[in-house]
Amino acid sequence: MNVSIEFYASLMKYLPPGKSRFRREIKVDNGLRLSRLIEQYHISPEEAHLVLVNGLFVCGEDRAERELVEGDVISIWPPVAGG
Amino acid sequence: MSWTRKILRVDLSKGTCTSEPLNMEWANQYLGQRGLASKYLTEEVDPKCDALGPDNKMIMATGPLTGTMASTGGRYSVICKSPLTGAIACSNSGGFFGAELKFAGWDMIIFEGKSDKPVYLLIQDDKAELRPGDGIWGKSAWETDDILHQTHQDPQLRVACVGRTAEHGCLYSAVMNDKHRAAGRSGVGTVMASKNLKAVAVRGTGGIGNINDAKAFMAATNDGKAVLAENAVTGQGLPAYGTQVLMNVINGVGALPARNMRDVGFEGAENISAEAMAEPRKSDGRPNLTTNGACFSCTIACGRISTVDPTHFSVKDKPEYQGASGGLEYEAAWALGADTGVDDLDALTYINFLCNEDGMDPITYGATVAAAMEMFEDGTITTKETGGIELKFGSAEAFVAITEQFVTGEGFAADLGMGSKRLCEKYGKPDLSMTVKGQEFPAYDPRGIQGIGLAYATSNRGACHLRGYTIASEVLGIPVKTEMNDTDGKAELVKAFQDATALVDSAGLCVFTTFAWGMDNIAPQIDAACEGDWSVENCLETGERIWNMERLFNEAAGFTADDDKLPKRLLKEVIKHGPTEGQVNRLGEMLPKYYEVRGWTADGKIPDETRQRLSL
Repeated sequence: MNVSIEFYASLMKYLPPGKSRFRREIKVDNGLRLSRLIEQYHISPEEAHLVLVNGLFVCGEDRAERELVEGDVISIWPPVAGG
Repeated sequence: MSWTRKILRVDLSKGTCTSEPLNMEWANQYLGQRGLASKYLTEEVDPKCDALGPDNKMIMATGPLTGTMASTGGRYSVICKSPLTGAIACSNSGGFFGAELKFAGWDMIIFEGKSDKPVYLLIQDDKAELRPGDGIWGKSAWETDDILHQTHQDPQLRVACVGRTAEHGCLYSAVMNDKHRAAGRSGVGTVMASKNLKAVAVRGTGGIGNINDAKAFMAATNDGKAVLAENAVTGQGLPAYGTQVLMNVINGVGALPARNMRDVGFEGAENISAEAMAEPRKSDGRPNLTTNGACFSCTIACGRISTVDPTHFSVKDKPEYQGASGGLEYEAAWALGADTGVDDLDALTYINFLCNEDGMDPITYGATVAAAMEMFEDGTITTKETGGIELKFGSAEAFVAITEQFVTGEGFAADLGMGSKRLCEKYGKPDLSMTVKGQEFPAYDPRGIQGIGLAYATSNRGACHLRGYTIASEVLGIPVKTEMNDTDGKAELVKAFQDATALVDSAGLCVFTTFAWGMDNIAPQIDAACEGDWSVENCLETGERIWNMERLFNEAAGFTADDDKLPKRLLKEVIKHGPTEGQVNRLGEMLPKYYEVRGWTADGKIPDETRQRLSL
């Protein structure tokens, strides 16, 4: 199935080659869990601080259970802040 | 001790500068800077006074840790009654001016009265005198800084001053120090200019020699620095990307307001983000971001130093703007960018330079232009008012042109200088002003994030993220994640952030330390520096006391619970798309609980028992 990944800030280094600044369209196995996708890109749990699926926050404990579905957009940030 | 125990009182009407002892009873109750100066203000100024009249006072105040080796210990604040809101104003700035004032031997300067001609204050250690300001009146903040350095031939001189917008009566002018740092909000610079005071130039050679327990202070500050260095946000995220890293985060969670908060979500956000600032550009291969920068004693270094593309239309014929200067921070980038629909990074950087050069709050300025753009698009304002400028959302050219007029006081400047509340009232569209107590919102839409709406509505200086930054918890998970759209628990969360921030703002420290530090990191540093009990419990109670004192000033100025509100747009107009689709802010669910946890009455008044508990 097709999903999109978006890696920001220092995690941009994990993006595969592509034209968009942050986003890549990728193919993954049906039923892939969110935590497994994060592991596939060698992003540690500490680095994957803020994880959104379709703009909604998924906490660390729920990532192993969260099954991705066709068209999901997964956005990941390291620990950041501002204001 | 850490306090110098000395106040400089400057009577601008009489032209006198006198030294007086710091009230140590108040220092033990209100610590310093924001808290202690607000105590002086509430004791000495009638809250109903004309903010731009001689009866208002303006206080420049340091905290007990300002000038010390504590990380970020370089802050000072400017306190007065605000001409923009009519409420208490307290604007905090970094840079090097605050530490220099402390080195000269002063905890604070109280300015009162009004000079009959332009002057500046020169402080060289314990010697202070008013000098004629004829040569700097009418100059920008940058020119003023340069002229004073040339006049006094001392590169170590530190200058805080106002630009031309304050002289022209813009109600949200800042006090600029060290050229690029600002006590930015609520029009404190306008008050300074109203007194015919153009600048304060200070040189101090005394250092800090009065730490209460030097060994304990060194241990506590070293522990604090280790925590900041090891924390991923303060040790890596902020120095590398600055506050601007939030642009994509807040857009991603569905809470980035756009086009005068008419929309939520900005399609151009990534073009004006921290990541975009770091990309090499086509013309010269250099990124917008030249380097990061730090204020006095700071070990975080979140500041942005930027350049504009020298081939960009805004600066291509202006070599004086092609060098590196203070770059975009998140709130400014949002107000100047997403809120006006402009996603041209170079145009926004140039406009940000102009905000620094002539000292206006970029949040209120951007939001006021955004309100004008909405009224231009609906036909309320036309090119007749704007001097021929097509002031449409998204037009970088129009925004640059109107800003160049604004800083010199030409064209539409007088209207834009009112701020959005008065501007929208003047043109018959009061509901288009995105303000609380007359001050414009920063960069988080309260329809998407409930707690920040309560923080905005109850902020003592009008809409502001720095009075209770619940975004840390609601979006960023610091110290713990709370759900953005929940209202349960938000009253307690807002109170906790408000009280803790009031304490940090009174210490001489930067609030950004609280991304890593808790009060258990901060209190030992204050306790080692100062005499008295500065336990965690006492620090938190001091913060609560300061908050309530500010509220009492506003109450006496005429504010009531009716002013703890949000614009209709944020309560009635739902977010149209994205992850927060269908949401509005549910202030009514949170406000009664907030009054309750504060120990206030149901109509937002502070009863006797709460005053007594807090020794107010």
